[in-house]
Amino acid sequence: MLNRLLPAVAMALCLLAPANRGAAQETIQPLLQEQSELLLESSRRTIQPAIDAIAASGLPQVPAVLETWAARDMWQRVEDGAFFRAERNEDRSYTLHDFDTGESFGPYDKDALEQLKPNSGIQALIGAALVRFQLSDPDPATRAGALDNIDRNGEASHLEPLAASIEGEDDPVLRARKERLLTLLTIRFSTDKAERVAAIESVAGSLDVAVRATLNPLVATTLAAGTELPEGRNIARELRPGSEALPRLQAYELLVSEGLAPKLVTSAALRAMLAEHIEGGAVAGVPLERLSAPAARREAFAGLVEAGLVEPAATEEDIDASLAAHVFYQTYAEPDAGVTAAAEEALSSIDLKVGVNQFLDLGLDALSLGSIYFLAAIGLAITFGVMGVINMAHGEFIMMGAYTGYVLQQVIPDYTVSILLAIPLAFAVTFAAGVAMERLVIRWLYSRPLETLLATFGVSIALQQLAKNIFGTQARPLTAPDWLNGSWVVNDIVGISYIRIAIFVLALIFLGLFLFMMKKTRLGLETRAVTQNPKMAASMGINPDRVNMLTFGLGSGIAGIAGVAIGLYAQVTSEIGQQYIVQSFMTVVVGGVGNIWGTLLGATMIGFLQKGIEWFNPSNTLAAQTYMIVFIIIFIQFRPRGIIALKGRAAGD
Amino acid sequence: MRQSFIARNPSILVFLLCLAVFTLAVTLMSHAMGAGLISTSFVKTLGKTLCLCLVAIAMDLVWGYCGILSLGHFAFFGLGGYMIGMWLMYARTEIIVAESLANAAIPPTPQEVVDAIGSQIFGVVGSSDFPPIWHFAHSLPAQLALVVLVPGLLALVFGWLAFRSRVTGVYLSILTQAMTLALSLYLFQNESGLRGNNGLSGLQNLPGVSASQDWVSLWFLWGSALALGLGYVLCAWVVSGKFGSVIRGIRDDEARVRFLGYSVEGYKLFIFTFTAIIAAVAGALYYPQAGIINPGEIAPIASIYLAVWVAIGGRGRLYGAVIGAALVSLVSTWFTGGMVPSLPLGFYTVDWVDWWLVLLGLSFVLVTLFAPKGIGGLVDLVGARVIPDRHGADYGPDKGSLREEEGRK
Repeated sequence: MLNRLLPAVAMALCLLAPANRGAAQETIQPLLQEQSELLLESSRRTIQPAIDAIAASGLPQVPAVLETWAARDMWQRVEDGAFFRAERNEDRSYTLHDFDTGESFGPYDKDALEQLKPNSGIQALIGAALVRFQLSDPDPATRAGALDNIDRNGEASHLEPLAASIEGEDDPVLRARKERLLTLLTIRFSTDKAERVAAIESVAGSLDVAVRATLNPLVATTLAAGTELPEGRNIARELRPGSEALPRLQAYELLVSEGLAPKLVTSAALRAMLAEHIEGGAVAGVPLERLSAPAARREAFAGLVEAGLVEPAATEEDIDASLAAHVFYQTYAEPDAGVTAAAEEALSSIDLKVGVNQFLDLGLDALSLGSIYFLAAIGLAITFGVMGVINMAHGEFIMMGAYTGYVLQQVIPDYTVSILLAIPLAFAVTFAAGVAMERLVIRWLYSRPLETLLATFGVSIALQQLAKNIFGTQARPLTAPDWLNGSWVVNDIVGISYIRIAIFVLALIFLGLFLFMMKKTRLGLETRAVTQNPKMAASMGINPDRVNMLTFGLGSGIAGIAGVAIGLYAQVTSEIGQQYIVQSFMTVVVGGVGNIWGTLLGATMIGFLQKGIEWFNPSNTLAAQTYMIVFIIIFIQFRPRGIIALKGRAAGD
Repeated sequence: MRQSFIARNPSILVFLLCLAVFTLAVTLMSHAMGAGLISTSFVKTLGKTLCLCLVAIAMDLVWGYCGILSLGHFAFFGLGGYMIGMWLMYARTEIIVAESLANAAIPPTPQEVVDAIGSQIFGVVGSSDFPPIWHFAHSLPAQLALVVLVPGLLALVFGWLAFRSRVTGVYLSILTQAMTLALSLYLFQNESGLRGNNGLSGLQNLPGVSASQDWVSLWFLWGSALALGLGYVLCAWVVSGKFGSVIRGIRDDEARVRFLGYSVEGYKLFIFTFTAIIAAVAGALYYPQAGIINPGEIAPIASIYLAVWVAIGGRGRLYGAVIGAALVSLVSTWFTGGMVPSLPLGFYTVDWVDWWLVLLGLSFVLVTLFAPKGIGGLVDLVGARVIPDRHGADYGPDKGSLREEEGRK
């Protein structure tokens, strides 16, 4: 019944309103004349009544007038003081348009007119008044603009027009925005307690940052002290001095700052006071050289107090007595207890949800870090894991891959093409480098793994310095193509960039590739045969030299591709490989040498571990790395052969 | 008949003689003696080089004799430097603070002095409180004891964990490298209490010493030479007898030594800890001459360089380590200092400051491939050495064991 009545009543009111005001008020010009003085004064402090009067008139011309005014297009005709919308003509004269009739006058010379120049403060006030008209504007862009305006600086006066405009909104997106904004504005400004509580309850569990920004001021508290709890204040909780939330000295300092207790004398103040009262090499009879002892200083101070030269300071008993005589409490700025209770409850449910989502986000981060380590380590899983060659230059192969991508981007400006070309090219370059190194250096040292380590280290420092000489020390950017920019956003908390997803996918592809190569191809079979028993493999007609060369080249080539991927995610410098080399070796060792699934598990474990430790101390990634390495060292104690240890003949010795 | 220790190791006498002559010559040519043929900063460089030789001897003992390629000995070196640096910095700041507080109207309490020192030292990391690890920093004897204790304990615990679970060969190398990385990352944090990446500085100023740096540098040179001589003799003694035979046996065939009834883990642990302590002492002598220590010094790459020196000088002989460390670090200083004239090639001028590392890396590959005995192997051309004949087989199957061409003349 009521539902049907309301629109009817509203309609009747609308029809009546102009009639009430009478024929004289049909036009806006008289109203403008009424406010003429304020309009011309154009001061931010005094303009509000004029804006209110214009906006409250309910005339259809109001939006046009306000927009014209804010755009500095409203001019006054000097001869009669009437206000018009002015349009500048080509010959620098102005044509005036009447707000009520749309009639044009002129042209007028500039001298005959006076422009209204609202400053940015006034423009903002006008904008706020305009919002209620724009909310029902036929143009969706204008409505969206009005909502943006409310979002930035919403105020109590928006509440009513916003609520009224929802009914007629046909754009579902804007409608959802309006409803959300209405809820937030209700929480902030509504005078109806039940409405506010209902609005607060409706946002419980929302991950929206704006919701938290709206709720947090409601539960903000200030610490205060008094002889007893004040009446009529919304008190959050009472605190006991000496508890963890309110240490004893902090409580006393609060009393001092509120003038409820005498000051404590700090050691610096004591020193200054004593220095002021030095007389003949002594303070209150205590000789200066004794004053390096704290007890002597107290004695001297007591002497000064006795002589009446300084104010007495609070003693320990005084502190205890004043603390016992006062109560300490936190009060909400919001006076209504029901609202604050609802807000606290809503915030705690939000906190829980935020925590869960942060955990999910951390999981995604850890997965992506794990896939980066996996990608960096997969080449090592071949050269070190399968062949048993320690290649300290592995990091430099990653660097070579990244620089290949960079050079290619300098030649081919299209990022998509250059990245797609960079992958095979980086593989080719590092494959060749790997084969060359195997032929020239490593082949001679297969029985001497420790010396392989040192020889490849020599290659590593030479390559690193070479890169520094060619590309300089500054970081070179490897720009991702546009379709890799941006990120996949689940909600305000959970999100992951496309580059990280791409790295994850790349890691999976390489896992598949590795498994396929090792299990299904001739080269994989021969590699496994040669690494298990080179002499036996040779007598079966396999050429171990060739197999070793190709396998090593393959491992190096994959490092090159990893370099392109890592270069997209980090800056390319000559030291880029250094950052991953130790972690890569750890990944392979932790996972279990000679088993790609072990490497995968190792990378995942290290990724999750590092992010997990970072979670406890987010500001300190160095500490996370430190503890992770310490953990790995201890882990090796319990599984010296890694997570997945090879058994039987495959384990070699 | 059993020969005396010295007679069995004639190289000791030769080495000590060379060291004595070198020290005497530098002393006579230094500024402090009035000759001024060698600048004070170069005396410091020579003193530092002697310390590097000492840590190289430690590395040779653990790698060349025992077959453990540790990539963590420079971390022990750095830890030793940090321990002595804490006292140097504390004591020096104490003097400065005492001077500034002496003019105050009221004499300072001990607590005020400590607070002022704290805010002087830790101002750069935004703190003024002394972390617990500085508890003994005011006392020289306590810090000197810590120079030995901290790296020794770290090596003992780490070695015990690693050897107990029979981590050997390259895995052990990677594990020690990880330990070094963890330590340097830890020290890089401001929360570590050792001034984060600022490190400890001003270590060249000895508190309470008014002598000029000319003399101080000479004192440290003598100290370093003494430490090197003592360290050399001590290491030579350790590897000379039955004990030395056992650790060489561990290098060449660990399993066989174990089956002969020796506690391989115990021997390895002793050598690892013992060399860590030598490294720490070397570090404690090195950093007062360098004047500054920061976590970058401990980075894993420094330990790899240490292995490089020993390999270039010749593993398995103590004088080889000394030769390698002295030669490479001095030549390094020479090249990176811009003292080598550029090499014009017509189309490109080789500036050695930029190209030195390339040269070093490549020469290192060449030494590993073609001269496994290192520079020290040249000595074999002169003197005769009794070499076991394995008839073409390597000395042992283990990862660190000597190959026949390394052992043979």
